[in-house]
Amino acid sequence: MSGFEFTAVSAILLIPLAAAALLAVLPGYQLTARLNVIAALLTFTAAVSLFFTERPAAGSYLLVDDLNIVFIALNTFVGFTASVFSSSYIGHELSTGRLTPDHLRFYHAMYQLLLFAMNLALLANNIGLMWVAIEIATLTTVLMVGIYRTHEALEAAWKYFILGSVGIALALFGTILVYVAAQPVIGEGLQAMVWTVLIQHVSRFDPSLLNLAFVFLLLGYGTKVGLAPLHAWLPDAHAEGPTPISAVLSGLLLNVALYAVLRFKLLLAANAKALAPGPLMVTMGLISLVFAGFMLYRRRDIKRLFAYSSIEHMGIITFAFGMGGPLANFAGLLHMVMHSLTKSAIFYGVGHIAQIKGTQKIEDIGGLTETHPWLGWALVCGVVAIAGLPPLGIFMSEFLVVSSTFAREPVLALPLVFGLLVALGALLWRLNGLAFGRPRGATGPGEASYVPMYAHLALVLTAGIYLPPPLVAWFQNVAGLLG
Amino acid sequence: MNSLVFDIAHMFAGGLVLVSFMMLYQDRLYALLNIYALHALVLALAVAWRAYAVDAPHLYVTAAIALVFKAIIIPVVLHHLIVRLGIHREIETVVGIGPTMLAGMGLVALSMVVMLRVTAQADPLARKDLAFALSIVLLGLLLMVTRRNAVSQVVGFMSLENGLVLAATGAKGMPLVVEISVAFSILIAFIVIGIFLFRIRERFDTVDVQVLERHRGERR
Repeated sequence: MSGFEFTAVSAILLIPLAAAALLAVLPGYQLTARLNVIAALLTFTAAVSLFFTERPAAGSYLLVDDLNIVFIALNTFVGFTASVFSSSYIGHELSTGRLTPDHLRFYHAMYQLLLFAMNLALLANNIGLMWVAIEIATLTTVLMVGIYRTHEALEAAWKYFILGSVGIALALFGTILVYVAAQPVIGEGLQAMVWTVLIQHVSRFDPSLLNLAFVFLLLGYGTKVGLAPLHAWLPDAHAEGPTPISAVLSGLLLNVALYAVLRFKLLLAANAKALAPGPLMVTMGLISLVFAGFMLYRRRDIKRLFAYSSIEHMGIITFAFGMGGPLANFAGLLHMVMHSLTKSAIFYGVGHIAQIKGTQKIEDIGGLTETHPWLGWALVCGVVAIAGLPPLGIFMSEFLVVSSTFAREPVLALPLVFGLLVALGALLWRLNGLAFGRPRGATGPGEASYVPMYAHLALVLTAGIYLPPPLVAWFQNVAGLLG
Repeated sequence: MNSLVFDIAHMFAGGLVLVSFMMLYQDRLYALLNIYALHALVLALAVAWRAYAVDAPHLYVTAAIALVFKAIIIPVVLHHLIVRLGIHREIETVVGIGPTMLAGMGLVALSMVVMLRVTAQADPLARKDLAFALSIVLLGLLLMVTRRNAVSQVVGFMSLENGLVLAATGAKGMPLVVEISVAFSILIAFIVIGIFLFRIRERFDTVDVQVLERHRGERR
């Protein structure tokens, strides 16, 4: 059996890598876009097969366990649907001349490299390797954000690059501190960076070193999650890059960074004398939520609007994991999955809307349900879902977060509910202008692929109404692991 | 450990902090790049001494990378770049030198207090190196926030990375994997930056970040 399991893990890593190399040299839009989709689909299939095969034992570099398998499945699935969306989106960009064929080759190669880097970060059992993977993911997205070469795109990419690098540098310092804490107990060398070994011995590490390391790691990877005081890069990067990249950034990369924070949180939680990581995460989560909720009112650019909504939701997820305990962790996991699906669906819709209207300004977009019913109603569904209204999936996860908070820390529930309501108001107000009323802006027909968008929304709706018991059991198990 | 060996290691790490301070008050790009080359040179010496002191030959590789790549190639390329951009004689308006230096001293004091207290049980050499490394990282951050020119921000970032390399080599027996990856990521980062600078030049005719700020999406 061991040969086959090895191939499933290596396929998840090698398929995107090989595809990146191939796509970098192949010409032709039709062929490369299809190849991009096929590679993403194969990676997703390999990820699903992880559920059905016996897992390989944890090595010094790679690891598959109950926690990261959820992230990997979600990552490869959204990576696949985003590639389907990307193939129709990029065709339009080529025909309007915003992208040249050379840029396109570069774009596709970077897309696969990004998927590779994110999968590597999720599979890494070595904290050094995880850092390297997240750094590669950052650099590839920087290059893609700047791909349009306009003033705004360059500025966004520059800002993202500088802030992202500082975050990544702080995370490396934290990683080194974890090694320094581990080295007297585990000994020198590679073993002192292997997560599964660290967690076994962490109770004997120097707690003050671990505390300091966690502060650096939370600030460093927190920059990549987009938590409030460190979020400045996120709206620009989302607004100026190609829309498939906005979808992948919001839906996936933020999760990957959060996953890194969670791994280190587990380390801290296993050391009785170290500081409790929960309150720090709860505070940063609440600040992000309330801050982003208010910022939503002042947005004039449709992609920026949803970028701020991503900050809000990452705040909720960080808050939930910070609260800890089986129920809040369960809610956090569910919310993460639902947010990824919904937000990427919204960005798919927004990408087509911006192409039809030729602008991203909210004031130039209106009456979509009348002029483009399929697109308009999908946007309505997506925004209703992301605002947390029933019967969609996010309502359920937000309800669980709120109720578990009320049960344990009623005082914290007040700012939480306040932030949620503020964001709800902003989103519905904006939605009203976008989807209903007198049509504004260009009303030409759009060539769009609705399949990825509706597939995501259908999943979110299903999850809101009925979660299959095996899935619930799986999530409960993972939530238990998270402590 | 032999006290002379320890003292010399200490001297190199302290020297690196001193050179970081020197970078803070340079108002000409040319001079800043020269000081950066000195920074990388001191780093190479510190790492090489560390390799000798703990008898870890693989650290010589890291020292060689610091020497060849950071102390020679990058400064030379950046010199060419700023001459081509015609900004090599420009005088930067640095936020008052006095306050910057005071802030720098505050940051160094902070990192000493934090690191020395926290790492009481760690190996003494690693302990000092970590405290110095944190100072260098914080001074690099300070350099980045007090500059407007894109090239000086990049230099600030690279000095910050030097601090990280010092920390990584200071941690006893840390696997080579990480050191190479640090060097490698700097290489990638540099390529990225190079592309950016050329593109920025192509589009804006300036590398002053304040000009970029005017193009913010929200204020269109």
